[in-house]
Amino acid sequence: MSNETSGSENSGTGTATSRQTALYTEHEKLGAFFTDFGGWQMPLKYKSELAEHKAVRETAGLFDLSHMGEVRVSGPQAAEFLDYALAGKLSAVKVGRAKYSLLCNEDGGIIDDLITYRRGDNDYLVVPNAGNAPAVAAALAERSAQFDVEVEDQSAETSLIAVQGPESEGILLKLIDSSQHADVTGLKYYAATDVTINTDGGPLDVLLARTGYTGEDGFELYLPNAQAAQLWTALLETGTDAGLTPAGLASRDSLRLEAGMPLYGNELSLETSPYTAGLGPVVALSKEGDFVGRSALEAQKEQGTSRKLVGLTAQGRRAARSHYPVSVDGEVVGEVTSGAPSPTLGHPIAMAYVDVAHSEPGTTVEVDLRGKPEKFDVVKLPFYKRSN
Amino acid sequence: MSNNILTDYRYSAEHEWVDTSGSDGARIGITSVATDALGDIVYVDLPETGAEITAGEVCGEVESTKSVSDLYAPVSGKVTAVNDAVVDDPSLVNNDPYGEGWLFTVEVSSEGPLMSADEYAKTNGVEL
Repeated sequence: MSNETSGSENSGTGTATSRQTALYTEHEKLGAFFTDFGGWQMPLKYKSELAEHKAVRETAGLFDLSHMGEVRVSGPQAAEFLDYALAGKLSAVKVGRAKYSLLCNEDGGIIDDLITYRRGDNDYLVVPNAGNAPAVAAALAERSAQFDVEVEDQSAETSLIAVQGPESEGILLKLIDSSQHADVTGLKYYAATDVTINTDGGPLDVLLARTGYTGEDGFELYLPNAQAAQLWTALLETGTDAGLTPAGLASRDSLRLEAGMPLYGNELSLETSPYTAGLGPVVALSKEGDFVGRSALEAQKEQGTSRKLVGLTAQGRRAARSHYPVSVDGEVVGEVTSGAPSPTLGHPIAMAYVDVAHSEPGTTVEVDLRGKPEKFDVVKLPFYKRSN
Repeated sequence: MSNNILTDYRYSAEHEWVDTSGSDGARIGITSVATDALGDIVYVDLPETGAEITAGEVCGEVESTKSVSDLYAPVSGKVTAVNDAVVDDPSLVNNDPYGEGWLFTVEVSSEGPLMSADEYAKTNGVEL
């Protein structure tokens, strides 16, 4: 056996320099296998990544996502500032709602993709990816110079726990007073609210968001590090009967891939144009005023793109992996960005950038699987969509 | 993990085990060290019955959700049987790597370098 790992999440065991979340000892107690991801020692899996994937699709999974960043942006010009700093129109987001957006550089390259919650008229919470959090916090601070706004990186003090899967709502309701149940059941996708979670150790105030990265209904809970273990334990104890299973980054990656969601470092990078990545609608060229990257992004849109992000499904049983070349008639026409056997669908799936000429669903391409070409069909993303 | 290294098997540096105690030639599989590193195995590509394999050369592939590994022949010889059960249900390799998760049997003409269980355990920092 000679092990060739692939994908950015399986980069070996934690190093001395990687950080631990407030839940590290909880993961150890559960027998987690750790991996270094974005500078953090994170659970890769606890027992079986396939079982964890299945739990999220069928019941619920519990994730520690405390490696993600949290940057608070507040002040009289917070909305105006974010319209300038990000590619989306954050001033149009209603209080209590969230928006997926991009932080681009002047060349229109993607520094990070992130979710921004509007907590108040002048109060936003920006959530970048773990590995990009310092760069995002720095870019926001730098861009804020001309605005009456405060940018505060709260990443180090904040934990994030996700409950994802069809049983998520029911599990959360068991820990919340009935007076707040309507706040939870009525919470829309990409919306957030403050709730109190009851635990044996006392009540915990959390920011509860109906967001996720799995393609299932689910929630993300933000709270201070000091209370993270208390919340984690309460969720696990209460949710076990409903099938709540601790889940690591391996299943998080296979879940997001099935849901056709991009992963920064795989599908997105400083060299990626949002238009090539299919994220054109996220770029609000119609908003008023200048924003970082506007002229470059306008030019990119005008020019059109030569490649496009597509979904691929294997005709055979072998999986394509990141960086494998995609070809048609012996000519390289693209490259795989993410690939894995799909636990839900039972066959390998992948995302790839391919020349626009070969990007139509139904096109058959070949992927070079370590010297042996294998046929794949171009399909529409996502691969998996929940039925309810 | 629950699957310890078996003392009466011999092992290759590439994490294959070889059992020559049976009457059907050498039985070959991968070790719990390999399955722990790979994670959930979802696909195995094995040599065909009748194929000649050469010690030290790639003879198949084992794929998990996150990674893929070449399978190296620990011995040279003719493949006499392949375990169709693991082709149908690759999770057998995770669940019982030294038993039901065996991969194929070989009529051995010569062996590659093989270690005792003791040596293999020591090399990989695991217990017997």
